[in-house]
Amino acid sequence: MSSPATQKSGLFDCRDAYVKTLEALGAADERIVAVVNDSVGSSKLGGFRDKFPERLINVGIAEQNMVGVGAGLANGGKVAFVSGASCFLTGRSLEQVKADVAYSQANVKLCGISSGVAYGELGPTHHSIEDVAWLRTMGDITVLVPADPWETEQCIRAAAEMDGPVFIRISRMGVPALPRAADASFTIGKADILREGGDGAILANGTMVCRALEAAETLAVEGISARVVNMCSMSPIDEDAILAAAQTGAIVTVEEHSVRGGLGSAVAEIVSQNAPCRMKILGFAGFQPTGSAEFLMEHSGLTATNIAASLRGLLGR
Amino acid sequence: MPESRPRRGQTLAERAAFVREQARWIRKRALRIVFEARQGHPGGDLSATDVLAALYFDAMRYDPADPRWQARDRFILSKGHATGALYSTLALAGFFPQEELTTYMQPLSRLNGHPNRNKIPGVETNTGPLGHGMPVAVGIAIAAQIDKADYRTFIITGDGELQEGSNWEAAMTAGHRKLASLTLIVDRNRLQQGAGTEDTVGLDPLDDKFRAFGWDVVEVDGHDIEALLPLLDGSTPHDRPLCIIANTVKGKGISFMENKASWHHGVPNAEQYEQAMKELDA
Ligand SMILES: Cc1ncc(C[n+]2csc(CCOP(=O)(O)OP(=O)(O)O)c2C)c(N)n1
Ligand SMILES: [Mg+2]
Repeated sequence: MSSPATQKSGLFDCRDAYVKTLEALGAADERIVAVVNDSVGSSKLGGFRDKFPERLINVGIAEQNMVGVGAGLANGGKVAFVSGASCFLTGRSLEQVKADVAYSQANVKLCGISSGVAYGELGPTHHSIEDVAWLRTMGDITVLVPADPWETEQCIRAAAEMDGPVFIRISRMGVPALPRAADASFTIGKADILREGGDGAILANGTMVCRALEAAETLAVEGISARVVNMCSMSPIDEDAILAAAQTGAIVTVEEHSVRGGLGSAVAEIVSQNAPCRMKILGFAGFQPTGSAEFLMEHSGLTATNIAASLRGLLGR
Repeated sequence: MPESRPRRGQTLAERAAFVREQARWIRKRALRIVFEARQGHPGGDLSATDVLAALYFDAMRYDPADPRWQARDRFILSKGHATGALYSTLALAGFFPQEELTTYMQPLSRLNGHPNRNKIPGVETNTGPLGHGMPVAVGIAIAAQIDKADYRTFIITGDGELQEGSNWEAAMTAGHRKLASLTLIVDRNRLQQGAGTEDTVGLDPLDDKFRAFGWDVVEVDGHDIEALLPLLDGSTPHDRPLCIIANTVKGKGISFMENKASWHHGVPNAEQYEQAMKELDA
């Protein structure tokens, strides 16, 4: 599976933060193992394999087997990081994820690589824009969608520290390192307000967070103060942060995911039952046509320009 | 309309010569569209090309003007990443204009990285995730059995792909139901994405596995067209599904690509492309 490198200067591939963190954790904790499906290269786990050859388990092109093996390794006392293209890791193995991991509360960390539309021209079979919806509905598995290298590292560390199932969505799209305070911390279940604002709120996660910040900057110039909230933790989700955002009166959600069942739906579930406000859900409407990841995002309006226009629209400006 | 039935009046050597020329064209075209798109899976395109050419330019019955003709033979490329070869084959067979090949993987093109039956005539089912072709082919063969229809169903799977359990579930069904209209060709190039199949999760002895599942099994050099044609053209009747283990070379025909895992999804630079084209013309 290939896609041209999306790497530009100043942009980071979150897989690098993932494997660096996993190698560090692996050195400190012998229980940590990695399980892959002929995906050593696409998961960038060559370094982990070289350092801990007996702790890299390649089950071949067999994702259902891979997730079940991960659950078995957890049963045997290992901390299993199961790593593969997010589309196959979740879609192909959905029942293993449900029964062996979530329902069984196995200590398995599912790392969905190149999620969203990162595989671009390889098409809908390789896009993973349903994964958050599928896993979020299970409830008994933590679902994390980090936005940059720092947050990816925090997610991997938090996953390793907790006992229980976690799904982490790891993009390979180039993203900038987000501006954060020196004492910034990460807590599963907590949203992160990246920019204060009272006229409306933009709730985003993953690769869309940087675009949301850019949109807020544009709006600020026009005198619209938009709050930007990073919703990395999709399950559990920060209801307080969502209700506070609803107090602004207008919420735009944006995700590199289907508009059905993801961040927008999660926010709507809470807002509609507690504090109805105007909302716009940005994401993909369904299976995507042929095109690069950047093209597809433009095509579906996942751009700073359209995020800004959407909030303006809700505000009637 | 190209010849789409075994050219019965001809000798095997004549048929093979014809197929060989189509295969040369397909290889060159596949490489060109991968080169121009700057992505694709040339290794697996080139290992499957001779089998594809043998199917579309000798063995199979089809009508490009009526791609869903009920009596057509069906073909499923289960290793759906080999679209460079598949699209070149379908265009050469007349399913869509050859000029359209230049749109491979371009924005809004119907020639997506993996095939879509709703957009491209001649594609039976959407593949891309490995291990999907066999069950669908089994379903087609069961439908033919119910209808007492005489069309045949062909599938190409990769060899690494056979690590997916779904193939073996389908193989069991096919053996149990004696689906004699089914022919599986395993593109046995001994490489998968990251390494050799036997270094990842070994498949050998592959013939014994299929035999144990109730299949007839033959092994053949997957680039020897004269050997392939009589196996594919239906001249030997079977009362069980047939598995042809086609021993192939990943990257076949281009010296620097042959047997190298890195060309699974490698893309040649201009210099390599020029050399590759020279080798294919030789
Ligand atoms: C279910 C699934 N898992 C993983 C992949 C990623 N993938 C694409 S091609 C490939 C290797 C295929 O090897 P093989 O079947 O031997 O094909 P070939 O050598 O003919 O290219 C892999 C792992 C996929 N497409 N589908
Ligand atoms: Mg192979």
